[in-house]
Amino acid sequence: MYYLGIDIGSLTCDAVLIDDSEKILASSVVPTGARNREAITRAADEVLRSACISEKEVTATVSTGYGRKRVEGRLTAVTEITCHARGIKALLPGTRLLIDIGGQDSKAIELDENGQVVDFAMNDKCAAGTGRFLEAMARALQVDIEVMSELDNGARGDLTISSMCTVFAESEVVSLIAEGLKVNEIVHGLNRSIASRTLSLIKRIIPDIAGFPIAMSGGVARNSGVVRAISNAMKSKVVIPPMPDTIGALGAALIARERYSHN
Amino acid sequence: MIVAGVDIGSLSGETVILSDDKILSYSIVRTGADSALTAKKATDEALKNADISFEDIDYTIATGYGRVIVPFANENITEISCHAKGANYLFPTVRTILDMGGQDCKAIRCNEKGKVTNFAMNDKCAAGTGRFCEVMADVLGIALEDIGKTSLEAKKDAMISSACAVFAKSEAVSLLRSGVPKSEILSGVHEAIASRVFALLQRVGIEGDFVISGGIAKNIGVIKKVAEKVGLKPLISEEPQIVGALGAALFAKERYKKG
Repeated sequence: MYYLGIDIGSLTCDAVLIDDSEKILASSVVPTGARNREAITRAADEVLRSACISEKEVTATVSTGYGRKRVEGRLTAVTEITCHARGIKALLPGTRLLIDIGGQDSKAIELDENGQVVDFAMNDKCAAGTGRFLEAMARALQVDIEVMSELDNGARGDLTISSMCTVFAESEVVSLIAEGLKVNEIVHGLNRSIASRTLSLIKRIIPDIAGFPIAMSGGVARNSGVVRAISNAMKSKVVIPPMPDTIGALGAALIARERYSHN
Repeated sequence: MIVAGVDIGSLSGETVILSDDKILSYSIVRTGADSALTAKKATDEALKNADISFEDIDYTIATGYGRVIVPFANENITEISCHAKGANYLFPTVRTILDMGGQDCKAIRCNEKGKVTNFAMNDKCAAGTGRFCEVMADVLGIALEDIGKTSLEAKKDAMISSACAVFAKSEAVSLLRSGVPKSEILSGVHEAIASRVFALLQRVGIEGDFVISGGIAKNIGVIKKVAEKVGLKPLISEEPQIVGALGAALFAKERYKKG
């Protein structure tokens, strides 16, 4: 028996296929684009094809993410908070704080010893501290978003980007370039800005994070510069699971299996 | 007695020259990277308009976020105080001022003398500021000065649900793609701005008369939406962008008199 989890986010649509032993058979990440249904079909087709399984063989599908209600033939739709918690419990058991930074939102999720959600805080109102902030900054710096990750290498400076707002930070970056600041120092400053934004999100639910095993998921978790800045800001190591963008979809697949066997 | 008020904002710089109680001349220039230079440019232009020279000015007060870098100013005063002072000169009955600038927005309460009694400000985020308008005008390919007029052609508002300029821009792009007329998108944009500044006004409380100043006061679309929300007809001066500089000049007159 096979179980499919689909996470329809603002920028990417992710799918994970597992079997009865909870083994991950395949995963996919496709751009969401303007048409959710097409992205859902593409993400699902991709995992089915790479696992050589037909659609009929999928026992149950659970959807999550902001477009979760758009998935047809689903067993149920589950919030991304629950799915992220379930996914990280499978890959990094013992995690007590999960930071998820996606394309258009960021979340801090507190978990108990059993991986159950205790509390969470979320920002989806403002681009600051999300993937969109990084995208805009990469554009202002005229560098590829994929290379942003390593661009702060060797930067020791403590340059602070004073604007929190993405629009204002964009202008600030342009004037910093005009002032002759090095790109790696600006990127370092931007990463610290995301880290401080993330830290204030976390502080809303956990005043003292000392001793908390911390993990991070979402597309931004692939940016090692941001991860380093967050680790430094929290004075604590942040662990990144394999394929951090598909944690929500994995959680959805695991929930599909549980709910199906329950019924 | 001739005095000057210089307001160095994020996007524009203004100078107002007063001869006793009369406005002799004013200027509005685009802010450059160098605030001192912007201040000089604005003041030179106002001097030219008044046909007087720099030596004729008895006292100068600077305001705005760049107020500390105006080398020829005798003093500087916050823009909150200056806006209240300027608005009180133009409309003595004013009690609530909404100043909508290029990169910030302020709600100011004042007494009958034009003295500030309370204020709330957003300068952290582009939502509800001139920058928000700029981003939207840009994405729709309409000149900034035309968006107000264009929005009035709308039969209904398109829904812009995000306050964040970055997210609202994406919303505008997808509305445009799905064939929604630009006028309706702009009307929705102005509604979003009005909601945002209305929340700021509610923090200080609204009491008539109500004045709107700043560059966005020239956007008829925003004014209409704000008026609907507030339920008061806003008073807007002929040149709403110079209210801060005017207030600074009025302070300059008082300080000079005191010696």
